[in-house]
Amino acid sequence: MVADNFDEVVDRGESVPELEVAPQDLYHAKSFWTRWIFSQDAKVIGIQYSMTAIAIGLVAMVLSWLMRLQLGFPELFSFLGPAEYYQFVTMHGMIMVIYLLTALFLGGFGNFLIPLMVGSRDMVFPYVNMVSFWVYFLAVLILVSSFFVPGGPTGAGWTLYPPQAITQGTPGSGAGIVLMLISLSVFVVGFTMGGLNYVITILQARTRGMTLMRMPLTVWGIFTATVLALFAFPALIVSCIMMTLDSLLGTSFFMPTIYELGEKLSYGGGSPILFQHLFWFFGHPEVYIVALPAFGIVSDLISVHARKNIFGYRMMVWAIVFIGALSFIVWAHHMYVSGMNPWFGFFFATTTLIIAVPTAIKVYNWVLTLWRGNIKLTLPMLFSLAFIVTFVNGGITGLFLGNVIVDVPLSDTYFVVAHFHMVMGIAPVLVVFGAIYHWFPLITGRFLHEGMGRFHFWVSFLGSYAIYFPMHYLGFIGVPRRYYEMYNSEFIPTSAVGLNQFITIAALTVGFAQIVFLYNIITSAKFGKKAGKNPWQACSLEWQTPDVPPTHGNFGKELPVVYRWAYDFSVPGARDDYIPQNVAPSEVPEAKAEKT
Amino acid sequence: MKKKESFFKLITQKPWEPSQVKLDNLHTGETLTLSKGKLGLRFIMIVSTIFFCLFIVTYADRMFFPDWEKMPEPSLLWINTILLLVTSIVFINAQIASKNKDFIKVKKRFLIIGFLSFTFLLGQIFVWNQLINLGYFMATNPANAYFYLFTTLHGLHLMGGLIYWNMTLKKVLKPREVMVEKTQQAVELCAIYWHFLFIVWLVLFGLMLLS
Repeated sequence: MVADNFDEVVDRGESVPELEVAPQDLYHAKSFWTRWIFSQDAKVIGIQYSMTAIAIGLVAMVLSWLMRLQLGFPELFSFLGPAEYYQFVTMHGMIMVIYLLTALFLGGFGNFLIPLMVGSRDMVFPYVNMVSFWVYFLAVLILVSSFFVPGGPTGAGWTLYPPQAITQGTPGSGAGIVLMLISLSVFVVGFTMGGLNYVITILQARTRGMTLMRMPLTVWGIFTATVLALFAFPALIVSCIMMTLDSLLGTSFFMPTIYELGEKLSYGGGSPILFQHLFWFFGHPEVYIVALPAFGIVSDLISVHARKNIFGYRMMVWAIVFIGALSFIVWAHHMYVSGMNPWFGFFFATTTLIIAVPTAIKVYNWVLTLWRGNIKLTLPMLFSLAFIVTFVNGGITGLFLGNVIVDVPLSDTYFVVAHFHMVMGIAPVLVVFGAIYHWFPLITGRFLHEGMGRFHFWVSFLGSYAIYFPMHYLGFIGVPRRYYEMYNSEFIPTSAVGLNQFITIAALTVGFAQIVFLYNIITSAKFGKKAGKNPWQACSLEWQTPDVPPTHGNFGKELPVVYRWAYDFSVPGARDDYIPQNVAPSEVPEAKAEKT
Repeated sequence: MKKKESFFKLITQKPWEPSQVKLDNLHTGETLTLSKGKLGLRFIMIVSTIFFCLFIVTYADRMFFPDWEKMPEPSLLWINTILLLVTSIVFINAQIASKNKDFIKVKKRFLIIGFLSFTFLLGQIFVWNQLINLGYFMATNPANAYFYLFTTLHGLHLMGGLIYWNMTLKKVLKPREVMVEKTQQAVELCAIYWHFLFIVWLVLFGLMLLS
């Protein structure tokens, strides 16, 4: 929307008239509780989201260590039985995808960055935003409580497929699965509250001059991912509600006629495939709910640390929107082996492969941004470069699995495990790390320790490849996933045993690097080198606040006015190699060109 | 007059071109002419619509299975439907009064709306009671399960609406000069949500009647 009198102003020339912007109602905290615990400040809420997500993510990481110890050295360790193994696999997957990555990217980075980057004082509905975090927190508590109920947490696999998820024999088929379903439902309710804030703040509460096409790509990524989540999460909650009723009240939405321990159960006529469709209608967009914010953030990191404007900004925006739209019509590629009509498979294989087009555009644009850039090998840049390589790697194996004929023999093997960990585990997590190294000076006013950071980077990056490259091979030789142990299985060659040991050692080493990273965060927050204002010399608004770290209300007395996009780096003629978004053309008359 | 631009037009702008720069520098920062409250409500309605549509898709899938047995429709359901219709009509009336700043009338209408809504919820519980007494339990047949599920979810949405109704009622009971616009908007949002829930109910009820 442009100002009422824009025609006259354009006719007059370049002068920008005064425009009254209605002040935003801000809640001012009066006590410790309302300032730090039940805070309505999006920055505090973002940190609360991040800390909770990282805490529960650490639980999932420890679970993965235990799984790896079991897989690598099944005869050495006896603390893990088959039931626990399945439970840990399930909880690891669900926590990492939903409670860590989704919550961290949207709740954490979304809350912290959106108002700052679009030039707003806060989210549009701060109270609802605060409730959103506490509902998420409740969801995490419910999830954790499932570790302590009789039977333990569910071991149905993160996809929770019925009928096995709620029938005896599957670990946690009683209280465990019900708590998981309730926790997911609560998560969706909490997310919807937050998502509403992110979308409406971006659409309606930007500062003066901040058009949609001047927004940093981080905001575009988070915006599109939130819209996807608002449209996709209903499918998750619908399937959770129906399966809870199947489990607790004996309905047969998803439960077919089934015998359990030789006895016919009262269920009958339900469709497990229906659950799969609902789950993946949520599950596939979920991949992009995690990936799109990562795409956006990495674009900004590359641009800032290569001192060059992002290549093909409009294409980048379109690719984000196009990928988001396509993500809703590819879900059944997760179900090629469910016995679907071959034409159905053909359709979904085609749509899946089409996604490679906008995704490739993004990769080309990242590389072309680096081309002839003034690349600084800072920690955020190292993580960004690692992301590009890893994402391409994971994406290429996605082309294998997107084809029905290749997918069928590779289904349920370690190839799939390697693929999805590379593309939606390691790749986005590398962006998370890069983003933390990049924005830590804004959050705390201090840098993270460089030496520990480089150790963290190299061990995490090389270690991840040491974990997942061999897994591709394991998949090719037919090693199935979800096996508790593989000794004495004739079809599994002995080379797999050695590889599993190697992978376990690599996984533990990578795990150790994360402990170093956490130590770095804790110590640097207090003792780190002081960063000062805008230490990376970035153009976007979050670095232009009068105070660092930004205080309540973000921008002091007056909101900034935006005159340019977020990527005016190395503009010919300009004194500095960057021009912040809120610098008026009259302040940099020597700058000769401001274009892509 | 404020200029509206389509989303497609917005994302095809070339922010680096001098002519676009001039326009962009005058941009207010708002994409749509809607208020934040109205936009928020629209998003809630979109999410709820997807939510109910997905249930309807599963319903349409499940009803063709051989074990599907249609449920009876107690006449009380028709009465409940009329109650919702009347509530929506009263809401229209309240909206008109609110626009005319006749908050005494709005208050009366709001109390009637509350009474009708609670009566509707009670009515639904009576219907459940009747059906359970007739032996139509949730686990007996998928058609029954869907009936109880749909009525519960619709009821929960209505109860959520009643929380906002309560907040709006507080504003209406103590109308302050500075709050007139906010109160008017709250009344309008409440009304839109009730109309939406009426339509949702019509779709769900119609689906259950026809299948």
